[in-house]
Amino acid sequence: MSILAILEQRAGAWHRMSWETLAAAQQLGADLGQPVRAAVAGDEVSTPAAELSAKQLERVYAVEHALLANYTPDGYTAALEQLIAAAQPQVVLFPHTYQVRDFAPKLATALGRVLVSDVVAHRVDGGAPVLVRQLFQGKMNVDVRFAGGPPFFASVQAGAYRADKVVAGSATVERFVPELTAAAIRTKPLELFRESQRAVDLTAAEIIVSVGRGIKEAENIPIVQKLADVLGAELAASRPICDNGWLPMERQVGSSGQTVSPKLYLAVGISGAIQHLVGMKGSKTIVAINKDAEAPIFEVADYGIVGDLFQVVPALVEEIQKAKG
Amino acid sequence: MKIVVCIKQVPSRDSVLRVNTAGTWIQDSDLTYEINEPDAYALEEGLQLKEKHGGEVVALCAGPAGAAQTIREALAKGADRALHIEEANLAAYDPLSLARLIAAALATEKPDLVLTGLQSDDLGYGQTGVILAQLLGLPHATIIMQVEKQDGGIRVKRELEDGWFQHVEMPVPALLTIQSGINKLRYATLMGIKKAKTKEVKRLTAAELGVAPAAAIRFERVYLPEKSKHTQILEGLPKEAAVKLVEKLKFEARVL
Repeated sequence: MSILAILEQRAGAWHRMSWETLAAAQQLGADLGQPVRAAVAGDEVSTPAAELSAKQLERVYAVEHALLANYTPDGYTAALEQLIAAAQPQVVLFPHTYQVRDFAPKLATALGRVLVSDVVAHRVDGGAPVLVRQLFQGKMNVDVRFAGGPPFFASVQAGAYRADKVVAGSATVERFVPELTAAAIRTKPLELFRESQRAVDLTAAEIIVSVGRGIKEAENIPIVQKLADVLGAELAASRPICDNGWLPMERQVGSSGQTVSPKLYLAVGISGAIQHLVGMKGSKTIVAINKDAEAPIFEVADYGIVGDLFQVVPALVEEIQKAKG
Repeated sequence: MKIVVCIKQVPSRDSVLRVNTAGTWIQDSDLTYEINEPDAYALEEGLQLKEKHGGEVVALCAGPAGAAQTIREALAKGADRALHIEEANLAAYDPLSLARLIAAALATEKPDLVLTGLQSDDLGYGQTGVILAQLLGLPHATIIMQVEKQDGGIRVKRELEDGWFQHVEMPVPALLTIQSGINKLRYATLMGIKKAKTKEVKRLTAAELGVAPAAAIRFERVYLPEKSKHTQILEGLPKEAAVKLVEKLKFEARVL
C-alpha cells in the first residue's frame, strides 16, 4: 500500500498548491509508515516529472497522452482511474484546486468511493487516517474517518500544509500511458482568458481596508471608504460585496480574486470564509472588526474589535485622524 | 429547455452555532433556515434561461419536512413545480448516497440541464453536482459564471483561480454547478407568492426511490476550531476600542 499524490500543472507550470499537497502526502506517509508516490498528468510532462524525481518519493508517474493536453473532466477521470487501478494506493491526495473540484468527485464516484474534500489537517489513530475539515464556512471543524475500504480520496486545502516542508530525495520516473479515446471526452475546453487588464493592483497596496457582508447595503460603502481614505489605503472586498455589484470585481480579495499580503489588512464586517482567508492571511498585521465574536476571521487576526462596525469604524476614523494630526 | 435546479436548505447565515451534546453535529433544534446561497444563484440562472428559451424549471430539494418553506420560496420566485425528497435524517447519507437519492428522483424527469450551487454553506463538500453528473452519465462543468445556448448544446464560462476564466462547450443534457454572483437575484413578487400555493410539490421518500443511506465517511467529532493566532481582542465602547487599536497599530505593530 502507498500514498499517491496527484499533482497539478498547466503547460509545464506547477500549481503552487501541488507542493503543499506533496508535503501533506509525505507527512501522512511517514505517519502511516507507507511509501509515497506522486503523479502528474498532461500530454508531455517530462520536465515536471523530472522535478518530482528529486523529492523523497518511491516513484513518480508521468501520466501522458495527447488527449490530456487540455484539461477535461472526462479525460482526467479516465486516465487517473486507470492509474489508480495500476498503482493500488491506500490514500489518494489532491490539492483542492478549482480543477480538482471539477473532476475528483467524479473519479471517486467512478470507483464507488467518497472524496473527503478540503482537508486542513490529519492525524493517524489506530493505524487509520483521521482527516480534519471545516464545516459552516470555517465556523466548525470535524474529524472524519473513512468507513469503507481503500482507496481513500482526499483533497488538501490551500495553505494547510507548508510547501517548504517537502523532503528532497530521489525517485524513478515511470511513464504511464492511459487508453483514452477522443469520443469519450464530451466537453470541449477553449482558451483561458482574463476579463480585462486589472485596473486595480491590490497586491501593491501597503494598507488595505476590506469590507464584507456586515456593511449590509451599497449605501453604506462610503463608511469604509472614509476609513480607507484616512489610512491612505486601497478599498477591497470579500466576494459577496462584488457579487452584489457594490464594488467592482477587481477589488475582490480571495481565492477567486486577488491574493494580497500588505503591511496592514483591516477586515470590516468580514466573517472570514476560507475562500477569503486564503487571499489575505499572509498579511503582516491583520485587524478584524466584526459583531460575531465566533467569526473565523478572528482566528487569523492580530487585533480584534467585537462590535458594531457602524459605530466602531467612525470612531476609528476619528482616532486615526487625531493620531495623524 | 427543461431545467432541474437542486436546492438545499441550510442554517441562516448569521446563526449562532453550538455543537450538540454528542459532539456529532450542531444543535439544530432552534435554528432558522434559508436557501443555500449558491443554490439561489442556480435557481435564478434556471429562471433566466427559461425566460430566454422557454421550457420548464423544476426545483428539487432533499431535506426534512421543514424544507417545504425553501421549496415554496423557489416556487414563488418562478419555478414551475417542485420535487421534495422528504428525509428527516440527511446526516445518514454521505455525498455519494445523497446524490444517488437525487439521481433516482430524476430518473423519470429527463431534464436538458441540471443546475446546482457550487457548494453548500453547511457541509461545504462542493461535490454533490459532480457526483450527480457521473451517476446520471452527464457531461458537466463547475463554478460557472455564464451559460449560453448554442447549436447542439451549451457554452459556459468556467471560473478559474486568480481571475482567469475559460469557455467550455458541451452537448446537452448536461449538469452545471453555479458560482455565486453569476446573475442578480430576484425577489418573489406578491403575485408569485400567491401562485406558488397552487403549484405542484411532489413528495418522494428514500424508500420509494429505493436508495438506502450509506456512510463511506463518518463524522467522528464536531468541534469549534482552535485559533491558530493569538488575537488581542480590544474591549470597551467603540471609542475606547478605537483608541486602543490606534495605539497598538502605532506602537506595537508600527504600521501607522
